[in-house]
Amino acid sequence: MTDTVSKPGQTEVWITGIGLATSLGEGLDANWAALQEKRINVDETGFAPFIVHPLLPVSFDSQIPKKGDQRQMEAWQRIGVYAAGLALDSAGIKGNKDILSKIDMVVAAGGGERDLNVDTGVLNAEARGANAPGFLNERLMSDLRPTLFLAQLSNLLAGNIAIVNGLGGTSRTFMGEEVAGADALRIALSRIASGESDIALVGGSHNGERKDLLVLYEFGDFNLKDKFAPVWARKDHPGFALGSAGAFLVLESKAHAEARGAKPYAKLSSVVTDLARRKQSGDMEATLEKLWDKLPKRAGKGAIISGASGAEPATSEERDFLKKHTDFPVRATGTMFGHTMETQFPLGIALAALSISRGALFPPNDSTGTEIEMQGAPTQIVVVGAGHWRGEGMALVEAVD
Amino acid sequence: MTAPRDKLGRPVVVVTGMGIMTSLGAGKAENWSKLVAGESGIRTITRFPVDGLKTTMAGTVDFVSVDPFSSTGLSERMAELVTEEALEQAGIGAKGDFPGPLFLAVAPVEVEWPQRRELGRTVGAPDFTYDDLLRISGGGKFSAYHHRFMFGSVAAHLAETFGTKGSPISLSTACASGATSIQLGVEAIRRGETDAALCVATDGTVNPEALVRFSLLSALSTQNDPPQAASRPFSKNRDGFVMAEGAGALVLESYEAALARGAKILGVIAGCGELTDSFHRTRSSPDGKPIIGCMNKTLADAGMTPDQIDHINAHGTATPENDKMEFNTTSAVFGDLAQKIPVTSNKSMVGHTISAAGAVEAIFSLLTLEHQRIPPTINYETPDPTILFNVVGNKARDARVTAVMSNSFGFGGQNASLILTREPA
Repeated sequence: MTDTVSKPGQTEVWITGIGLATSLGEGLDANWAALQEKRINVDETGFAPFIVHPLLPVSFDSQIPKKGDQRQMEAWQRIGVYAAGLALDSAGIKGNKDILSKIDMVVAAGGGERDLNVDTGVLNAEARGANAPGFLNERLMSDLRPTLFLAQLSNLLAGNIAIVNGLGGTSRTFMGEEVAGADALRIALSRIASGESDIALVGGSHNGERKDLLVLYEFGDFNLKDKFAPVWARKDHPGFALGSAGAFLVLESKAHAEARGAKPYAKLSSVVTDLARRKQSGDMEATLEKLWDKLPKRAGKGAIISGASGAEPATSEERDFLKKHTDFPVRATGTMFGHTMETQFPLGIALAALSISRGALFPPNDSTGTEIEMQGAPTQIVVVGAGHWRGEGMALVEAVD
Repeated sequence: MTAPRDKLGRPVVVVTGMGIMTSLGAGKAENWSKLVAGESGIRTITRFPVDGLKTTMAGTVDFVSVDPFSSTGLSERMAELVTEEALEQAGIGAKGDFPGPLFLAVAPVEVEWPQRRELGRTVGAPDFTYDDLLRISGGGKFSAYHHRFMFGSVAAHLAETFGTKGSPISLSTACASGATSIQLGVEAIRRGETDAALCVATDGTVNPEALVRFSLLSALSTQNDPPQAASRPFSKNRDGFVMAEGAGALVLESYEAALARGAKILGVIAGCGELTDSFHRTRSSPDGKPIIGCMNKTLADAGMTPDQIDHINAHGTATPENDKMEFNTTSAVFGDLAQKIPVTSNKSMVGHTISAAGAVEAIFSLLTLEHQRIPPTINYETPDPTILFNVVGNKARDARVTAVMSNSFGFGGQNASLILTREPA
């Protein structure tokens, strides 16, 4: 009922731009090379005992030329604006005022990098006995940077992308952890497929190097601790390692792309999402199976790119689902990039499109045998994104005929 | 019977259920009677100490209890209550089985001070670091905090409670969020993906840090005494908006589906438009072009001309910049009509319900159409001589109203407008 499947008569939607800034590097070549070399960039000491995949440093100046703009953003926004700029470059529309003035944007975002010094300062003062009624108010009024709020607001990732690149179409920000990334793609795809929109910038960004996020996920004991292992090898020591990444895509109707001579990396054929109740074991697996059946029929050489995080029980349920589809070689992005939350699904789509355009799936990186080698060029890749707590999404990325 | 498709050949989208809550009270009846009576819901904050704050009043919803209290918990509870009201009126689906998707406008979620303080107390002895907080966060003691402070938690709860279909979308377009939730529902119905959509917007974030954040951006009124007189849209002595809480829910249906089940039509979402401003994070482009474009897109989407709009439910925040910009841009679109069309700002009475405002004000616009009576803009004692709107000042006005434009503008360059009409065209 709320799925987006291209129907006869609806336009084909192409992926004509990809922007990546991750723990493995920036741009398509650097990320592709790292995947070939099975390189993984984890920090096991900076946040010990927690493990994170830190952003491989980039020169923000190249995509965010004004220092004033950079200062108005926190890291999660800078990463996203940077990746969005790369996507516009990749689509060949950077600086193209005609297109940028009408491009639609759907962004999947979290928010709120906190000022840890302010938080610990207030709590320590209270532990030392500060209990005047207005104590918190006064400290916040004097200690919070006035512009910090704007660096925390979820929709200000989109706002900053618009300001830095001069975008003037529509702008929508979806929240809700992993599935927000899938829903952002679903809505953008359905708007283009139905003719409501010609071209859209879609994606998200995440800063995994944040202690306030570690606290949030530690409430649910979701963080990977002590020792890194591939996602599929964490069953007895479950958890996700937060990752820093920005992943943006330019989606475009075939007609719009052809009119400006743009070449596709791949086409986005379908995005479907749902909300499993997850009250009982097997609920999530059943929902993934349902989504699988809703995707268009697959006849080509297929693969699966999974956003499994390593957190339980979601990862085991997803593995049960994958076991029923062993004819599709699997890759888990969480092993190489960490868990990038709202960004994981757009990242999966980006890697699917990249694999199709380069004529090969990237190699497995797994010790459990869940991931196997794939011979030949994939023509269809299913991207799976199941949230660590809620939300399931799936997409089909295909080679353009 | 008129055709169930609009001028552009798309399904007509109608409203068949509405639920509302503001600082004025719960439900359409109470809100409407107080609104047209010119009552203010703004009061001195009692939920937490206001010592040391420049702004000490807000439009809080204090009559809904949430335990344990959190802003996100209050947002969730209000959303639940307004959805119940909307579903009861619409009489659609079955209990716990709404036949369509959920689009939820909700404030960004984060761990709040009461919970952060609980972590501090758990560590105990002073001179601790953030790592010490991190060390005691795991082990299951605070597992409820994880669920509470997931961005998707409110939508997941509503989806499970009301049985909406598919993945519920949580969205934020700042102060335009409520309008965006309606727009997403309209689009889904027009595309033929669904016959019905549940659009909900909620905001319960009057807490110390939220107040401080807006205060540090000099966005809030500081005319604390008396609080009822703080929100002064279009007045010369306006000095900022007043934070407020509230929620609105709308059941949208295709006209065809609503007719088929014999539902009462409360109004039509005739047009929606949206246009991003890339000028500045908190300020509008000085030439107003993005807002002008937004209003024009909305008129085009509705297939209407400015002379067909006979009331404007303004964004009207009462910040010095917004109200002036809104008059200038409205004049650019409506010409001389901008000084003739009756304009009102509900925010003079209920304050600025932020993420909920677009939906709350769309509902007030639909009630205006139903009652053929325009609620006043209160505290309109000293009109700003440069804002030549025909403001419905201080007293409600009976008027023939067939089409209302409702505007929402937000931080991050978010502009969204809606056109609501009584009957399908």
